[in-house]
Amino acid sequence: DEPVPAEGRHTAVPGRALHEGTQQMEDCLAKKMEITVSEAEKRTGRNAMNMQETYTAYLIETRAVESQNEGQCSPVDSLWRRYSEFELLRNYLLVTYPHIVVPPLPEKRADFVWHKLSADNMDPDFVERRRIGLENFLLRVASHPVLCQDKIFYSFLTQEGGWKEMVNETGFQLKADSRLKALNATFRVKNPDKRFTELKHYSDELQSVISHLLRVRARVADRLYGVYKVHGNYGRVFSEWSAIEKEMGDGLQSAGHHMDVYAASIDDILEEEEHYADQLKEYLFYAEALRAVCRKHELMQYDLEMAAQDLTSKKQQCEELATGTMRTFSLKGMTSKLFGQETPEQREAKIKILEEQIQEGEEQLKSKNLEGRDFVKSAWADIERFKEQKNRDLKEALISYAVMQISMCKKGIQVWTNAKECFSKM
Amino acid sequence: MYFLIFFSMPFPIFFSLLAAPRPHNPPAHPPQRGTPLGARRKRAPGPPRGHTRVPSPPFPSLPFPSPPEPSRAEPCRGQVARAAAAARGRAAQGRSRSASSAAASASSAAAWQRGGGGQAPAVATQSRAEPSRAEPGRASSGRRPPAPVAMSGAAPGAPKPLPSSGPKSLREMPHPLATSSSEEMGPALSPSPDLLLPRGIADKDLSLPNGTPVDTSSPASSSSLLNRLQLDDDLDGETRDLFVTVDDPKKHVCTMETYITYRVTTKTTRAEFDLPEYSVRRRYQDFDWLRNKLEESQPTHLIPPLPEKFVVKGVVDRFSEEFVETRRKALDKFLKRITDHPVLSFNEHFNVFLTAKDLNAYKKQGMALLSKMGESVKYVTGGYKLRSRPLEFAAIGEYLDTFSLKLGTIDRIAQRIIKEQLEYLVELREYGPVYSTWGGLEVELSEPLEGVSACIGNCCTALEELSEDMTEDFLPVLREYILYSESMKNVLKRRDQVQAEYEAKLEAVALKKEDRPKVPTDVEKCQDRVECFNADLKADMERWQNNKRQDFRQLLMGMADKNIQYYEKCLTAWESIIPLLQDKPETK
Repeated sequence: DEPVPAEGRHTAVPGRALHEGTQQMEDCLAKKMEITVSEAEKRTGRNAMNMQETYTAYLIETRAVESQNEGQCSPVDSLWRRYSEFELLRNYLLVTYPHIVVPPLPEKRADFVWHKLSADNMDPDFVERRRIGLENFLLRVASHPVLCQDKIFYSFLTQEGGWKEMVNETGFQLKADSRLKALNATFRVKNPDKRFTELKHYSDELQSVISHLLRVRARVADRLYGVYKVHGNYGRVFSEWSAIEKEMGDGLQSAGHHMDVYAASIDDILEEEEHYADQLKEYLFYAEALRAVCRKHELMQYDLEMAAQDLTSKKQQCEELATGTMRTFSLKGMTSKLFGQETPEQREAKIKILEEQIQEGEEQLKSKNLEGRDFVKSAWADIERFKEQKNRDLKEALISYAVMQISMCKKGIQVWTNAKECFSKM
Repeated sequence: MYFLIFFSMPFPIFFSLLAAPRPHNPPAHPPQRGTPLGARRKRAPGPPRGHTRVPSPPFPSLPFPSPPEPSRAEPCRGQVARAAAAARGRAAQGRSRSASSAAASASSAAAWQRGGGGQAPAVATQSRAEPSRAEPGRASSGRRPPAPVAMSGAAPGAPKPLPSSGPKSLREMPHPLATSSSEEMGPALSPSPDLLLPRGIADKDLSLPNGTPVDTSSPASSSSLLNRLQLDDDLDGETRDLFVTVDDPKKHVCTMETYITYRVTTKTTRAEFDLPEYSVRRRYQDFDWLRNKLEESQPTHLIPPLPEKFVVKGVVDRFSEEFVETRRKALDKFLKRITDHPVLSFNEHFNVFLTAKDLNAYKKQGMALLSKMGESVKYVTGGYKLRSRPLEFAAIGEYLDTFSLKLGTIDRIAQRIIKEQLEYLVELREYGPVYSTWGGLEVELSEPLEGVSACIGNCCTALEELSEDMTEDFLPVLREYILYSESMKNVLKRRDQVQAEYEAKLEAVALKKEDRPKVPTDVEKCQDRVECFNADLKADMERWQNNKRQDFRQLLMGMADKNIQYYEKCLTAWESIIPLLQDKPETK
């Protein structure tokens, strides 16, 4: 059965194309357009309450790819956006494509920092990493087979003025499910799809384990920094010592220099590791996006269950009225017993209404069922896509982490070998 | 881009403000407004290396202070002359290490040869030392109990403190400065033909009175200096004749106490030893006793340090394998240093330490006799203030001060590094398993994540080994040298005392303005003492400097090596999981 497009939603991509990631990519915006977030700038302005505020604006540059193949450089379009606009875009996507695992934004506030200084949002290092994260977000959306076709997204990249209004005009906020409603559904749903239940547990545990990992990694980085930096002291004391030595002096002095090099090397090493941490963070936030899809399913399922329950109760009512038997207790039934029966006409009218409602309800149930099945199908397709992406990306991240470690070890060997050589000349 | 504050104090960790460079495309155009945040900040240079190395003043190799023309005992001259000739010959061969001392001793030998008769300083060789030559007054267990030991050869009935010393008597090893007792030792010390010279020196002219290098009653004598040179050459030429090892620690549990003994093995061809091989067990107390004895009997020499005596009972387990092994190494080093020393290795107490079955009996005897010595045992006369240290010794003193300061700093840095490494290790131990937990959640990523976890575990092990090695091998040697410097400074002070006494007495005489034909003997003795001390100290300093250089070279190379090994282990671990990570799963 073909998925029935509900209003405001794009059709889910047919299942077969999802297995071939590259196949889709051809249709993606990312292939047609080069997107970068190239700069970040501090701005001051007035906010909605006419109070002065400082914020950072990011420059988004886009350039059509095709013309490059012809050997010509096509013009670069650019516009500035601030973080809150990115958030708006994402919220729109979340509401509009609830069956899609929507790529996450980089963290709003610096977290899992390994030294206290970069916890500040205005810290240049944080801003820089956020810039990279935002670019990554845009690229993820642009390479998603479904999301990349969204007009609002396209305007975000290309239309500087009036974009906010355009987004608000879609009325997506009205479609957003309330948190409370979602929570309620989570507790009360009786028969969610087992896969989603498992997925929910998986995403919870993934969040937990990656958080833990990031926390410990930050502490590890802290300690490693300390170890390297203390070696810098050797540099100084060897130099001082060499001043009073004759034969030993030269060797000591040059060894001291290598100790300085060693101590300084940790900065680059840890900076590189931050990129690894950012890769992990992305998937930490992705877990939340996964969770959102599960929640949507639960909501829809609960909705369905409620509708079914409602239908059943109406049918029952109808039956009772028709047959005059009361199978279940109802206030109406009681009062009518106490205060006298209704007239047949009244009863007929009620039955008629009920029958209408039942018919409506059945149609609604049918369409909800359909919706639900659609949702499950398309959501699951995207989840499979996501899983493959996740496995690929995390493998790459682990490999690059191992490569970083290897590089660090090699540097260490180099420095100490140099130092040993100096010592041997003492 | 990084602003690094180098340490003005050794310990605090400084944070750097990171402004990371942009990994992606550089901006196509400069920003229009506002403060550009992307511009790369230059890394501020650290404070300049403030301590450019100024070549230190060359170790003063002043010619041996020529004493006022003393007369030497007639019989000595020949020997001295022969020795001097030998020394000159060697100097001509250009051995750099001993060149200065060879030259010095050659000139001194010459100087001393010039002396006429009459005044016989304490420098005279023992065999002909005259009773009137008062011994230098050095605290000497060198004024060792003449009766039992010295007479062992001459008086067979004399009680021997060492029942197991074998049929032959121990040759008397008189304290170089204990000239007065030499008369008692005379007969025993006449040159005996059966005293073997150390092998390999046969080609050198060494027919000194009794053939042993420490025969002379004064270390400052040319012959003893030359003999020291000869020994150095021996060691150079690998013709050592004494080998000592400390190993095999064992725990002894007694009612009163528990302690560790170490096996001390000696292999030697020296005539001073009755047997070619010895194996005895000694505990720390015994080493401590030996060191004290050496300090008493050879106050002009630098005695190597012992590892720390006291350990805080609660903190350090003195029976743990690591502690015992560290101590054993230090004790081994201690004995080896003595073995290598041309004067100390012939010390009688050392001999007894290496050979006696019952050291305690000997100890008791020694102590009893020492108390009889009474008045002039204490070498440090005290109460005299030195006006100024001669340049070369002042230089040594300054050097030692700075040296021990720097070592102290290095010790603190090394400790700090170990501490930081252990804290890093604690975090790593938590880090690794999280990957494993994650692997449990995943399907396709399960193996790679497990691999990373195992890898980190391997790095933990490697780091643990590194920290252990540094604690056990690096720190103790540093501390040893700090102790060494301290004891050396004390020896310098003693030397000052001796010189001060001499100068004071000399002044007193000058003030009296008596027209005496010769300098009174006690002033003469002081002068001799000064000369002896200076000569001994200089020679010891030179050998100490050389040994120190070799020791530190080895120590620091060892440190570098351990770090290299640590990184190599980690490298292997990470390289081995790359193929695991890159493994393509089978397509479903």
